[in-house]
Amino acid sequence: MNSPSLTYVIERLLREIAPQTLGALVRRAGDFDEAEDALQVALICAAAQWPITGVPVNTRGWLFRVANRRLQDNTRSDNARQRREQLVARDRNGADMPADDNWESEHDDTLILLFMCCHASLSPASAIALTLRAVGGLATAEIARAFLVPEATMAQRISRAKHSIKGAGSTFHMPADAERADALRSVLHVLYLMFSEGYSSSHGSALQRTDLAAEAIRITRMAHDLLPNDPEVVGLLALMLLTHARRLARTGPIGELIPLDEQDRLLWDRAMIEEGRALLPAALAKGAVGPYQLQAAIAALHSEADSTARTDWPQILALYVLLLRMSGSPMVALNHAIAATMVHGPQYGLQLLERLDAPNSLQGHYRLDAVRAHFYQMAGDNVSAIRHFQWAAEKTLSIPERNYLILKAAQLGERNSRVLP
Amino acid sequence: MRYLIMMNLPAATFDYTHQEWAPADWKAHTTAQSRLNKTLEGAGELVGIERLTSPKSAKLIHADANGLPNTDGVFAESKEFLAGFWVIDVASPERAYEIAAIVSALPGPGGKPLNMPVEVRAVMSGGSNNE
Repeated sequence: MNSPSLTYVIERLLREIAPQTLGALVRRAGDFDEAEDALQVALICAAAQWPITGVPVNTRGWLFRVANRRLQDNTRSDNARQRREQLVARDRNGADMPADDNWESEHDDTLILLFMCCHASLSPASAIALTLRAVGGLATAEIARAFLVPEATMAQRISRAKHSIKGAGSTFHMPADAERADALRSVLHVLYLMFSEGYSSSHGSALQRTDLAAEAIRITRMAHDLLPNDPEVVGLLALMLLTHARRLARTGPIGELIPLDEQDRLLWDRAMIEEGRALLPAALAKGAVGPYQLQAAIAALHSEADSTARTDWPQILALYVLLLRMSGSPMVALNHAIAATMVHGPQYGLQLLERLDAPNSLQGHYRLDAVRAHFYQMAGDNVSAIRHFQWAAEKTLSIPERNYLILKAAQLGERNSRVLP
Repeated sequence: MRYLIMMNLPAATFDYTHQEWAPADWKAHTTAQSRLNKTLEGAGELVGIERLTSPKSAKLIHADANGLPNTDGVFAESKEFLAGFWVIDVASPERAYEIAAIVSALPGPGGKPLNMPVEVRAVMSGGSNNE
């Protein structure tokens, strides 16, 4: 009865219906923190009971009832009679009780939750954790595993995030039109960071780690379902799919980093690439080209090529010029310099990097050294390349990246010593 | 961002000198330390914390030709010894330094800040355990 597949199916189902149920609970209780805690209890009950008793016909109704009972118990033990009376009064009116087959505002509820969890007042780390729990329906332990911190630490982080939301006076409502663009930008940024976190740490012994990149894609899909006409939501989803499609090619058997130009492109997930590419024309046609669509378009150009040499670099460079005009971020400028080098040669690229070697830019950042090293190598200056690979290796915080950079320096050193008498 | 914060004590007497502290001073020291730990815990910043026993009982191991442990005494040349460490997960290096400064200024004899040397090291990530 308790087969892994059934447990898995139930887990997936719970994750899907959790945000909708939470939305209804917050609407009713008026307190995000309490509603979220109550839902967690209900989710744990469901995960324990459903594999034995079977999945109820009305899953959301079941969750809502259990969580709601919990809320009322809390209210009772809190001795907050006034609030209890309010809840009872609302029950009587029935206004906030979703009928079993009438969750008409469920889409809005999930969207409001997303806006709340990604509120600009939260630090990115808090927003990611809260979004995973409240919208993604993940348990605290799973989120803790994703970030490799103890469960108690993650619980505390989430609890603080919920209090910050309360402190910021965020009530459960759809942001007004004027605030909506900002709120959505904040949501997309959080989802992008969640994906990047997963992308940079997913390899090797990551088997038992929560797959953050996959979770980010899942939640971005939800956002896309809720806002199918927003070109930047589509752009972000396409970017994630096109990037995630390369995951198997990105690392070797012991988690070593394999850069784009050395990847076995047969390992790229073609179905995922096709899905990402299919989303793009729709996004680009909607006008108002944003940074995520541009990045997705760049990723799509990479996915079309069967090697670095046969990549449409002039087109990629043109997209980076647009992106640079839009964001001006030093990281975008660095990627722009790479594309420019592929079109105009390493000397031109090295000149561009000079401008980034400034205190308010990428000075001291390992990526600047790593890119410089590659450019020097292309220019045939192996001595400078080795030095910059070594500097980059000293500064990076990522173990696979460090190993890759040390190896590059060592390979060039070996080649150099072979040339010498 | 993860950091290792190492509390280093001067090895003048090569032992924990707190055994000679006045009880009130020791109490003030441990209270301040537990306050710091509670703050880190409450902020969701604490990943781990360990206190180490006296370096008197430390051993230095070299493998011999057969790969078997060859035990020396303590590493006598060191000027400082590690008394304990924290692993924290914080939003910025500045926050790590701020925490290190609190550790450094923990009260010593007479309630005066110890201002001991505290080493802060960034922890790398992404390594696989099977490597």
